Amino acid sequence: MQAHQRMLDPTPNGLHSGESPLLQTLGLTKRYGDFLANDSIHIDIWPKQIHALLGENGAGKSTLVKAIYGLIQPSAGEIRWQGQTIVLSGPSEARSRGIGMVFQHFSLFDNLTVAENVALGLDGKESFKDMSARLEQVSKTYGLPLDPKREVWQLSVGERQRIEIVRALMQDPKFLILDEPTAVLTPQEADQLFVVLERLKAEGRAILYISHKLEEVKRLCDTATILRGGKKVDTCNPRLETAASLARMMVGGEIKEVKAAAGRKTTVPRLVVNDLSLAPSEPHGVRLEHISFELKGGEILGIAGVAGNGQDELFAALSGERLSKDPGTVVIEGIAAGHLSITQRRKLGAAFVPEERLGHGTAPRMKLSENALLTGHAASGMVHRGFIDTAATLKTVDRATETFDVRKAKRDPEAASLSGGNLQKFIVGREILRNPAVLVVSQPTWGVDAGAAAVIRQALLDLATAGAAVLVTSQDLDELAEIADRIAVMFHGHLSAPLATADATREKLGLLMGGSSLEPKEAAHAVGA
Amino acid sequence: MQLVLEKRAERSNTIALVSPLIAIGLTIITMTILFAILGKNPLLALHAYFIAPLTDSYSLQEIAVKATPLVMIAIGLSLCYLANAWNIGAEGQFLIGAVAGSWIAVKTQGTDAGSWVLPAMLVLAAAGGALYALIPAICKVKFGASEILTSLMLVYVADLLLDYLVRGPWRDPHGFNFPTTAEFDPVATVPLLIEGGRLHLGSIIALLVVAAAAILLGRTIKGFEIRVVGAAPRAARFGGFNSNQLVILTFAVSGALAGLAGIIEVAGPVGHLQPGISPGYGFTAIIVAFLGRLNPLGILIAGLFLALTFIGGEQAQIAMKIPLDVTKVFQGILLFYVLACDSLILYRFKLVFPNRQVASGTH
Repeated sequence: MQAHQRMLDPTPNGLHSGESPLLQTLGLTKRYGDFLANDSIHIDIWPKQIHALLGENGAGKSTLVKAIYGLIQPSAGEIRWQGQTIVLSGPSEARSRGIGMVFQHFSLFDNLTVAENVALGLDGKESFKDMSARLEQVSKTYGLPLDPKREVWQLSVGERQRIEIVRALMQDPKFLILDEPTAVLTPQEADQLFVVLERLKAEGRAILYISHKLEEVKRLCDTATILRGGKKVDTCNPRLETAASLARMMVGGEIKEVKAAAGRKTTVPRLVVNDLSLAPSEPHGVRLEHISFELKGGEILGIAGVAGNGQDELFAALSGERLSKDPGTVVIEGIAAGHLSITQRRKLGAAFVPEERLGHGTAPRMKLSENALLTGHAASGMVHRGFIDTAATLKTVDRATETFDVRKAKRDPEAASLSGGNLQKFIVGREILRNPAVLVVSQPTWGVDAGAAAVIRQALLDLATAGAAVLVTSQDLDELAEIADRIAVMFHGHLSAPLATADATREKLGLLMGGSSLEPKEAAHAVGA
Repeated sequence: MQLVLEKRAERSNTIALVSPLIAIGLTIITMTILFAILGKNPLLALHAYFIAPLTDSYSLQEIAVKATPLVMIAIGLSLCYLANAWNIGAEGQFLIGAVAGSWIAVKTQGTDAGSWVLPAMLVLAAAGGALYALIPAICKVKFGASEILTSLMLVYVADLLLDYLVRGPWRDPHGFNFPTTAEFDPVATVPLLIEGGRLHLGSIIALLVVAAAAILLGRTIKGFEIRVVGAAPRAARFGGFNSNQLVILTFAVSGALAGLAGIIEVAGPVGHLQPGISPGYGFTAIIVAFLGRLNPLGILIAGLFLALTFIGGEQAQIAMKIPLDVTKVFQGILLFYVLACDSLILYRFKLVFPNRQVASGTH
C-alpha cells in the first residue's frame, strides 16, 4: 500500500534522497548454461528521468530489459518496483503495473488496420469503438499522427513504430522501455521522437533508452548505465562525457580508427546499373523503379535509407538471386549480366555479402570450410572435376582467420557457433580473399561489436584502395560518412542521385530518406525560366 | 523443478552416433513390455528376434538378401531427404522398376536371347523407377504439389498396375491361374554368389551403391549442394544452387535405385513377377534412412539391422506364434524413437530450478 502513495512522485531529478527509485534491480543475474548474460546488475531508475542503457551487442542489454519486462526470470537477484520487491509472471503483469516496452522489431500484423493491431496488444475490456477513440486522442496528444483505419502494410517504418509507441502509451505506463528506437528512423523522424520523449519525461514518467548512438544519448539522456560483458561498468551523466569516453567504457579500450589511404584513384566503371526496374517477388515487397548508377574501381558508393525501401530487392537483383529479363540492366566489368546467375556473376569477379549472416550468408550448421565453399566453388579453385579440394577450403578458413582476426574455439567450427562479429569478419574475409573486382555488401557491421566493425570498415576501404568497386548498403549514416565516397538514398524503390560524402549532410540525407526532393527551388526556377 | 530442452551451441557428434543406439535400446525395452502383455516370455522372444537369426548360415545369408533392397532404396531416399525433398513413394518406384525390368524377361521368355537380357533388365528397371519418381518431382517443381502426397498415392497406382499385369497379359499360361508370370529364364536371373545358397549379386551392387553415395556426399560438389539445399535453402540459393533442379535429380536417383532394387528382388530371390513381391521395403527403407542418420555407412548398418527384424519376426512367428505384424509394430516404434532421440543432437536436457524468492513482509 505504501508504495502506491508514491505514484506521483514529485521529486525532481537529482534530489532523490530519502526516496526510493521507481524501479531498481539488485544484483540481477541471468545465467544461460555456463554463460552469464547478466552478472549482478544494479540499476536505479527514477521518475522524470531518461536513462540510457549503453553497451555493445552481447553486453547484456536485452537480457536486462527482458527481465524487467517479465519476459524472462532472473536466475538470482531481485527487481523492486516503487520500493517493493516484485516477481513478474510475464509481460502482461509488467504492463498492468505500469511498465511498457517498445521493441526494436515490431510485432504487427501487416494485413490488419492500425486500430486492430492496437486492440490485439491491449489487455483491457473496453469496446473497439472506445479504444479507437482513445487511440486517436493519445496519438493527437503526443503528436504521433496515425490513421486508425489504415492497414499496416501501407505504412512506413516510422509510422509502424508510432503504432507501437501509442500502443504502449495507451496503457499509461509510468516507465517505458525503448529498444534502439532510432535505428529505423530518418534523422528528422528521430528529432520528432525526441520531442515526444521529452514530453513523457515532463509528465513524470521514466524512460529506459537502449541505444548505441552516443551523440543521441548525450543529447537526450540524463543518466547512462553502461554494460560490458554482462557486467555494469559505470553509471554516469552522459552530458559530462564525450562520445569517445562513452565508447571507451562500452568497448573497454580504444577503438582503432578507420583510415582511408590518401590518393585513392578511381579507374574504369566496374559496376553499372542501367534503368533497373523489377516487380516485387512477395505480396508486400518493394518494386525497384528505374535505378541507375555507375560505380568505378577504387570507389565506395554508400546506399542509405530506412529499412524496407527496396534495399533487399536491390541486393537480390545485383547478386543474381533474382534475375532481370534485360541483360543490360546490370553490367559487371563491362559485361551485361542482368540475366546471369549468381555463380556466373561471381565468375565475372563480383562478390556479395548479404545482411543476414546466418541462413543467408552462411549455412548455420555447416563448418566454416563448407561455408567457404558455399561462395568459393564458382571461381576459387576449390573444386576439381566435381571433387572438393578440402585442403583449399580449409586454407581459405585459415587465411580469413589470420587476415581478419576471426576468433573461434577450434580450427573449423560450425558457423552458428561464432559470435556475430567474428562470423561477419569471416564472411567479409571469405569474399575479400577472392580479390573481387566488385563487392556488394549489405549492412556490413549490423549487430557487430565495435572492434569487429572497425576491422570490417578498414577492409572495405583497403579493398577499394586496391582498385575494387565497393557498394555498401547501410542504415548507419555514420558508417557511410566514414567510408563512402558518395552516398545515394533509397526511398520506395527509387534511388536518388549520389551526393559526394562531403555534401551529404544529415539534413539532406534525412530529407531524401523521408522521400523529399532536394531541389524544389531549382525545379521552380526551371519552370519560371 | 522442471525439465527443459536447451539448445546446444554446436551439434553434438557423439550424440549423433549414439542416438540410434539409444533409440534401439528404448525400442527393445518397449518391445519387452509388449511381449509380456502378449503373454510371451520376453527373453525368449527377444532371443528369437535378435539372436537366433545370427546363429546359422542360412539366416545370415537371408539377412543380407533382405538388407539388399532396403539399403539400396534407403540410400536413394537419404539423398532426397538431405535435399529436403520428401519422397515417400519408394515402394511404388520399386514396383514399377520390377515391372519395367520384368517386361524384357517376359518378352524373351523361351527364346534364345543371350546374356544381354539381365543388364538390359537392370537398366530398364532403373529408368522405369526414375521416370516414375519424376512424376511427383515435376508436379512439385511446376505446380507446387506436395511431393509427400503425390509420391505416396502413386504407390497404389503401381501396386494395381502390377496386379493387373500378372492377372492379365503377363500371367503364366501354365500357372494354374495363379497371378504370376512364368519363372524367369536363367539369363534373366540374378546369379547367386554361392552355389546352392541365397546370397546373390544384388548384395554386391548394394555395396557399390553405398560406396558411391559415400563419395558423392563426402567429396563432391554435387553432394555438398544436396546437403546445403536441405540444411539452409536461402544460403544455398546465395551459393548459386538451384533447389528445383536438385528435387528433380534426387527424386530421379532415388527412383532409379528403388527400381533397381525392385528388379533385383524379382529376378533374384523371387524368380518371377507376382503381387506381394515387397513386404513393404519401400516404407521400411524410410526407417533405415533415418536410423542410419542419412549417412551411407549408417544406412548399411541400419539396413542389416532392419533385415534382422524381418527374419527374426518370421522365426518368432514359427517358434512362438508371435504375429508377423509385431515386426511392423517394432519398426514403427523404432522410427518414433529415432526421430525423438535426434532432437538430442541439437538440444540437451536440463533440470531447471526456478529462482523465485519473494521478499517476505511486503504483502
